[in-house]
Amino acid sequence: MLKIENLHARVEGKDILKGLTLTVNRGEVHAIMGPNGAGKSTLGNVLSGREGYEVTAGSVTFEGRDLLALEPEGRAAAGVFLAFQYPVEIPGVNNTYFLRAALNAQRKQRGEAELDSMQFLKLVREKLKIMQISDELLHRAVNEGFSGGEKKRNEIFQMAVLEPKLAILDETDSGLDIDALKQVAQGVNALRSPDRSFLVITHYQRLLDYIEPDFVHVLADGRIVESGDKTLALKLEEYGYAWVNDRDPALANEARA
Amino acid sequence: MSQSPASVPFIDALREAGDLRLPGSGLAWLDAARRENLEAFIAAGLPDTRAEAWKYTALRALGQRRFALGDAAAAAHPVDAHALKLPGIDGPRLVFVNGVFRADLSRLEALPPGLSLQPLSRVLENDPEPLRFALSRHYREAGDVFARLNAALAGDGVVLRVAPGVRVNKPVHLCFAGTPGRADVAWHLRNVIELGEGAELDLVEHHLATAQHKHLGTLVGEIVLRDGAKLQHALLQKAAEDSTLIRRGSLYLGAKSQAMLHVLELGGALVRHDLHAELRGDQARLDTRGVFVLHGRQHVDTQLSIRHQALNTASESIWRGVADERARGVFRGAIVVAEGADGSDASLNNKNLLLSAQAEIDTKPELEIYADEVKAAHGATVGQLDERALFYLRSRGLPNAEARALLTAAFCRAVFAALPNETLRDHFSDALLAHLPS
Repeated sequence: MLKIENLHARVEGKDILKGLTLTVNRGEVHAIMGPNGAGKSTLGNVLSGREGYEVTAGSVTFEGRDLLALEPEGRAAAGVFLAFQYPVEIPGVNNTYFLRAALNAQRKQRGEAELDSMQFLKLVREKLKIMQISDELLHRAVNEGFSGGEKKRNEIFQMAVLEPKLAILDETDSGLDIDALKQVAQGVNALRSPDRSFLVITHYQRLLDYIEPDFVHVLADGRIVESGDKTLALKLEEYGYAWVNDRDPALANEARA
Repeated sequence: MSQSPASVPFIDALREAGDLRLPGSGLAWLDAARRENLEAFIAAGLPDTRAEAWKYTALRALGQRRFALGDAAAAAHPVDAHALKLPGIDGPRLVFVNGVFRADLSRLEALPPGLSLQPLSRVLENDPEPLRFALSRHYREAGDVFARLNAALAGDGVVLRVAPGVRVNKPVHLCFAGTPGRADVAWHLRNVIELGEGAELDLVEHHLATAQHKHLGTLVGEIVLRDGAKLQHALLQKAAEDSTLIRRGSLYLGAKSQAMLHVLELGGALVRHDLHAELRGDQARLDTRGVFVLHGRQHVDTQLSIRHQALNTASESIWRGVADERARGVFRGAIVVAEGADGSDASLNNKNLLLSAQAEIDTKPELEIYADEVKAAHGATVGQLDERALFYLRSRGLPNAEARALLTAAFCRAVFAALPNETLRDHFSDALLAHLPS
């Protein structure tokens, strides 16, 4: 489904990703872990097409298409969803209106019929149940005045409505207390399906207690240095990221250089 | 003062016009006032940008143009009455086409009791004396240059009075339509509006074009609110893209009177809107809301001046400007709290959005306070669309143009939230959305 090969990316003249290779198959949940500055958020931003991220080498194919050639909206329509680390507040834009416009814009790009307000409302009601979100949030402006937990839940709720094929969760656990974290994880788990893949980017193992990954990768200095199953996350939790460096002195030297 | 009048075609056309037969001609006081104002206008010429009031709005190009003094054929231009209609507005209507009153398009039969609504030309014919004070005014400031021209040449307009204590139950629709003629026409209209003590009125002022033209229109209006009167004034300006429209409104508020103004400026190549409001009676309240959305090479200049002159008066002004392509917006919001106007509460908020690197908006809030225990706040900003918000919307699937339009509309939205006529409010929103670049 998603194939990243030898990806190099640069931000503000600085090389951040330095040859990242990763394959995600349909229905798999991959966790990307790594210390601060490893390039975790850059990966999410490059995949979703944010401006200011320059890909200098490598390729990303999504269902056989060159993902990097698409505009952000084209990537969304293709089925890629980024749950933001810092969801943006948009005063004056109603949450429901925004979500319907987004869904219909995606459907239009895919050549599907747009949903009228009744059909959309029905869909929203179904998804609200899954996410256990009060519909009061829907009537407010997008993320405006939302608490940290509400913002993250709103991200997952958007994901539920937009039904992407690949969801990228960019440090969705950051800034959440344990209850909010559980709620968000619950929402994500409800959306797991054999047709939907996840890329869960996180600094801490904590989130992975609730969203159980099929694979765990360690990102350090712009590339994946270690891959394994969920037990890898536990090792990282126990020994810290230094452990990866210790196991790979060559890399450690390079990182120090 | 700087241009030699002899070299300005705009002025030459006036000088060569000779004797004008206008409604009311023959009334000695009116003839004298018109003549004096015309002479003063010709002598002074068009101000240049060294005049503070015209600092950001150059009139040189206008000065190079010649306009026909009125449109003799205006009464015969076919205009589809349906095009004048506004949703939610089905009350009395007064229509001018190229500055000429059109009884055939107006709706003046069966006026609600207590409402008097007539074209100025008819009042000048039948009973001019009550207008003597309003029409004999002299204008001296550089900012008043077009008021002077208007005083010299206006032969028609709106005379509207609401009797004391009367609540007019239907909105009154004032419609100013432009339509192509044989030449570029200059038209001048003068409005005199008065709400008696405790009277209430909804007023909708509507500028539109049936087709493209390059006319110049000036509209000078005076609105007097006696004690306890209440006015809702909504203005939809969709003049022709190449037209010039100059409006000057004076608003006088008596004790405990309330006025609320909503302005949506969309049309015109060169547009100037001066609003001078005086809160003259204790506890008077004025709310102004406005948006301009500009593109191409449009130039829209709004000059708001609010004077608090009495105890415990309040004014709140919220204005938004959006300029795309090579458009230029100007906003000046000046609030004066005069000596003795203790307990006044004044706020002014002006935010502007530039959608292109070539667009420009100049904003200048001014606040002068000479009274005690005054609450005053003002702020003005000029910025661009929030790139983070734009990316957020696009990452959810909204195409770039749609995302930009959505954010721009959101930027303007708060301005019309308090417009009480819901149908009209929706229409304003739709008109604004339709005007946004996509």
